[in-house]
Amino acid sequence: MKRLMLGNEAVARGAYESGVKVSTAYPGTPSTEITEFIAKYEEIYAQWSPNEKVALEVAIGSSISGARSICAMKHVGLNVAADPLFTVSYTGVNGGLVIIVADDPGMHSSQNEQDSRYYARSAHIPMLEPSDSQEAKDFVKEAFNISEKYDTPVLIRLTTRLSHSQSLVKTSQPDEVALKEYNKDATKYVMMPGMAIKRHVVVENRMNQITEDASKFVLNDASYDDLEVGFITSGIPYQYVKEVFPNASVLKLGMVNPLPKSLIQDFCSKVKKVYIIEELEPIFEEQIKSWGIEVIGKDLLTVQGEYSANLLKEKIKNEDLNLAAAETLPGRPPVLCAGCPHRSIYYRLNKLGKHATGDIGCYTLGAIEPLKGLDTCIDMGASIPMLHGIEKARGREYTKDWVAIIGDSTFVHSGITGLIDIVYNKGCSTVMILDNSTTGMTGHQDNPATGVTLKGEKTKQLDLPLLCKSVGINRVRVVDPFKYKDLENAITEETSIEEPSVIIAKAPCQLLDKHSVPKQNYIDVEKCKDCGMCLKLGCPAIKKSHGIMVIDDTLCVGCNLCIGVCKFQAIKKAGVQ
Amino acid sequence: MNTKNILIVGVGGQGTLLTSRILGNLAVDLGYDVKLSEVHGMSQRGGSVVTHVRYGTKVYSPLVEVGEADIILSFEKMEALRWKHFLSAEGKMLVNTQESDPMPVITGSASYPTDIMEKLYADCKEVIEIDGVSIAKELGNIRVVNTILLGLLAQSMDIPKDQWIEAIKLTVPEKTIDINIQAFEKGYYHGINLNREV
Repeated sequence: MKRLMLGNEAVARGAYESGVKVSTAYPGTPSTEITEFIAKYEEIYAQWSPNEKVALEVAIGSSISGARSICAMKHVGLNVAADPLFTVSYTGVNGGLVIIVADDPGMHSSQNEQDSRYYARSAHIPMLEPSDSQEAKDFVKEAFNISEKYDTPVLIRLTTRLSHSQSLVKTSQPDEVALKEYNKDATKYVMMPGMAIKRHVVVENRMNQITEDASKFVLNDASYDDLEVGFITSGIPYQYVKEVFPNASVLKLGMVNPLPKSLIQDFCSKVKKVYIIEELEPIFEEQIKSWGIEVIGKDLLTVQGEYSANLLKEKIKNEDLNLAAAETLPGRPPVLCAGCPHRSIYYRLNKLGKHATGDIGCYTLGAIEPLKGLDTCIDMGASIPMLHGIEKARGREYTKDWVAIIGDSTFVHSGITGLIDIVYNKGCSTVMILDNSTTGMTGHQDNPATGVTLKGEKTKQLDLPLLCKSVGINRVRVVDPFKYKDLENAITEETSIEEPSVIIAKAPCQLLDKHSVPKQNYIDVEKCKDCGMCLKLGCPAIKKSHGIMVIDDTLCVGCNLCIGVCKFQAIKKAGVQ
Repeated sequence: MNTKNILIVGVGGQGTLLTSRILGNLAVDLGYDVKLSEVHGMSQRGGSVVTHVRYGTKVYSPLVEVGEADIILSFEKMEALRWKHFLSAEGKMLVNTQESDPMPVITGSASYPTDIMEKLYADCKEVIEIDGVSIAKELGNIRVVNTILLGLLAQSMDIPKDQWIEAIKLTVPEKTIDINIQAFEKGYYHGINLNREV
């Protein structure tokens, strides 16, 4: 029977059918659901790791010990895991090792749109790219076969559109896969120069062999029809090609690294005009052109964002689609939810005139109107060392107007090393950990600080205050962000002193509480002076309607933050006169 | 069969995803090839969201293109206008008239347009509007707005009513089945004079 599955769910099914024993990840849109779906299979041990580097290293250990292992992350997560990635290419595997990386063309939920195929090329690792959910499942199984046959880790590239699209999948029974025997072998698993030099030769031979075999892989499929115009493509863009050019010849690359050179040469010799359709970077195009083959690619098509069927119609068919233009309307950017504990932080920082280095998570939304509470956002963990850099460049007096903002999960991911750096190098920065007891933006995953595992079991809870103290921070204080006087005092005091400090603003994500029926606040129109102070909170539940300030009772959760902001006591709890 | 293109749009958190999944699974039951494209992650936090549903004999792209939607179901009034250009010349616009102010409107840097319905009626061949929030309040449960909208969508689709009701039973919590079926009927018979109460 076939059923609809998200691309990410299909990957999870593929892992199950491949007999995977160990699955690891750090959550990151658009890859998160892969590991959430895997965790539902009792047969597979699945875990969140503190970050992607740790996740990959756990999977490498499991693979070397003889078990099929899978590790998933988003594109920027692979930057974090790049260190083990480049060297596991040298060691190869024992049990199959498959690394899933989900790129985000169009940046639906990311800070850049890097193309992970470059990693496959530079680390000399085979990479597959499916074009629908069925292939997502099938390619995982094929990846494990390739991994074990050629003694190599295998990357699978997804994109947001594949991860978060549903299409039909036919499932099958899981394969019985026994653990492989482990044999101690320093020449393979201890990568010191003497051994690694020899392994580099193995890597080169392996990739040459795969390149030769790739032209025969069923993953790479050449179908010939109209020989005037043809396409070389992979992944989701293949679907756009088929949509627009049903009769064209198409070479669909299921393996995007290494490229099947002889198959491509053969295709291009038979088809007169060949277009390369690849989202993001011209990776196929540059390689194919370097072989002296004339193809058309990025001269016509952008390196930015997602492609579409209409884009191909316009750029390749030169069709004038005469499309209606989009209306010019007020934008609707994502916002901090009504009742979000982060809102209070930014409101108070604004009031105190503080700048903030920021980080990656829901709280990044505090950067936009009207809170505008962040100065920077670069990567996971960057807020803390960046503030230290500002202090070292401009002095402590200057940074008395600054704090670093980071979430609980991001702090564990890669904030702690920045904090150690501050202590070690005699910095005085104030770090605010916004502890909302979850990994929020990716949809509420547990992490070491929540004390619950991916499988929902209780575990030792990471004690954030104790952790900060143990690295040498003497001044650690925990505040409730909804108690605004405590919060203000904490920020004022900690930023004025000559030693490093940590303020942990602790209040759970409002969305975690799904059961309570909150009492909504209301605005007493008699008392309201229309000063607009409450609008500065950027709460989606407070708005002006027909000239008067109102609270939307379908959105308000009764966090009461607005009550403390109103100078005229015009905002009241439901039922209170 | 030619591929059917449906766009379900709204504001993150309104339940557009669930509605599209119910529709997608019904199309599977009818034996069609189906693709759904969803929005997860950051945009879900109160941002503008869209789900694409395509079904037919063979579906390649998971995306409905500009000018190709047979139906747009909008959970919010301004979002209908934002996605209007996706509608085909023959397409049908279904609009929940609920207004949700985006942050630029809340902060006063932009105004909520006042001519949305005029523009929709001027540019779309067929528009059906519904005040889902008022109907839900009448039913005594504000959370059933999306089931009312599901009913409205069902009215415009050639999928038997019984199958929609079965899908609702499988999707909603057991103790809310009755009120959700009532809500579905309100949407399904919206604008249709049956000379009886539904």
